[in-house]
Amino acid sequence: MGLTDPAVRPEQNDATSVSSVSPNWVTTRLDFLTNWARANSLWPMPFGTACCAIEFMATAASRFDLSRFGMERMSFSPRQADVLICAGRLPFKLAPVIRRIWDQMPQPKWSISMGACASSGGIFDNYSMVQGIDTIIPVDVYVPGCPPRPEGLMYGIMLLQKKIKGESFTDETLRDEKLVGPSGLFLPPERVDELSEPFGNSVHQTRSA
Amino acid sequence: MSPLSPSVPALRAEFGDAVERSLVSSGDSIVYIARDRSHDVLAWLRDTPSQGYNYLTDVTAVEYRDPERPLEVVYQLRSLPRRADLRVKLALDKRGPLEVRSVVDLWRGADWLEREVFDMFGVVFAGHPDLRRILMWETYAEGYPLRKDFPLRGHFSRAEQTRQALAANPEAHYSLEELSIADAFDELPADMRERLARGERGFLK
Repeated sequence: MGLTDPAVRPEQNDATSVSSVSPNWVTTRLDFLTNWARANSLWPMPFGTACCAIEFMATAASRFDLSRFGMERMSFSPRQADVLICAGRLPFKLAPVIRRIWDQMPQPKWSISMGACASSGGIFDNYSMVQGIDTIIPVDVYVPGCPPRPEGLMYGIMLLQKKIKGESFTDETLRDEKLVGPSGLFLPPERVDELSEPFGNSVHQTRSA
Repeated sequence: MSPLSPSVPALRAEFGDAVERSLVSSGDSIVYIARDRSHDVLAWLRDTPSQGYNYLTDVTAVEYRDPERPLEVVYQLRSLPRRADLRVKLALDKRGPLEVRSVVDLWRGADWLEREVFDMFGVVFAGHPDLRRILMWETYAEGYPLRKDFPLRGHFSRAEQTRQALAANPEAHYSLEELSIADAFDELPADMRERLARGERGFLK
């Protein structure tokens, strides 16, 4: 599949402009190999905080069997993990914890935000809850649901695999560490406010209510 | 409908005016007592053999929507030998200081319960050995979340809340005393010491 999809640029097809080291054929093949290996041996770092973690455990257990996707082993140490799965709502008290776990994970790394609360705060639009973990760490795939069924999480994992298979290991910007900056946030403050805006039913509640 | 608990007339006979109104709600006896005598009343309820309320089920507080109505601190008592319950309430005028005597010296279990009430409502428990926030982190600066004048989403902007949360040291949420059972090894009951020494929860000593 990936073999039939080389990143061939039209101008480099021109026989008169072949450089001494052709990037087209070689890097595409290496990309394919690297991405194939990475996508099919994702070791998850389970960060289960609530009911989504129950569905996550069901996904890992024999009926749904996460191992089929190469997630053979739960990595309870962030040092050996490839994908952080935040399963459940994240209170502000846990925000520095997930941030530190994310910082401890070596590149390449990805993250999945599982469920409504991890993705947006869900029903907990209140003083104690992070309104989406994307204000704390970068997120690759959001899985909707409250909680998502195991099929939903597996679909999210397959989407992540698809995303990984589209990456190029020569693109170093993909491996940039998005660290917490001098502002104390990894995003601009106004972006955090924007992401945390009330939506759905919670727009009917003002900040003073 | 259950009758009023016999502890209420006994309290009236013992403390007179310090016992305010009493009622039965959903079968539970509730008695309001004066704030200044709360420690005496609760100690009497625990220590008098005919009462014997030796177990403190819960300490909590209630603030009503009516701003004139006082905030209430609620003690839910249980007598394990008599299998009897009693709910003791005391009203705190919100215009005055929100302060009551701590009952940690009567029931050790009141320690964290009173800390929770302090954390959520700002009620100060005089004489508490370690009155710190327990649910919110100790540097939390937005106020007392379960008070009616506290906005649902907090006082600060989301960016500021996130910044303060990320600035926290995750290891600083708990004191060493709370984390380390090893330090308390010698004070543990003998059977627990024996189990721990066998390595059931890992070797401590």
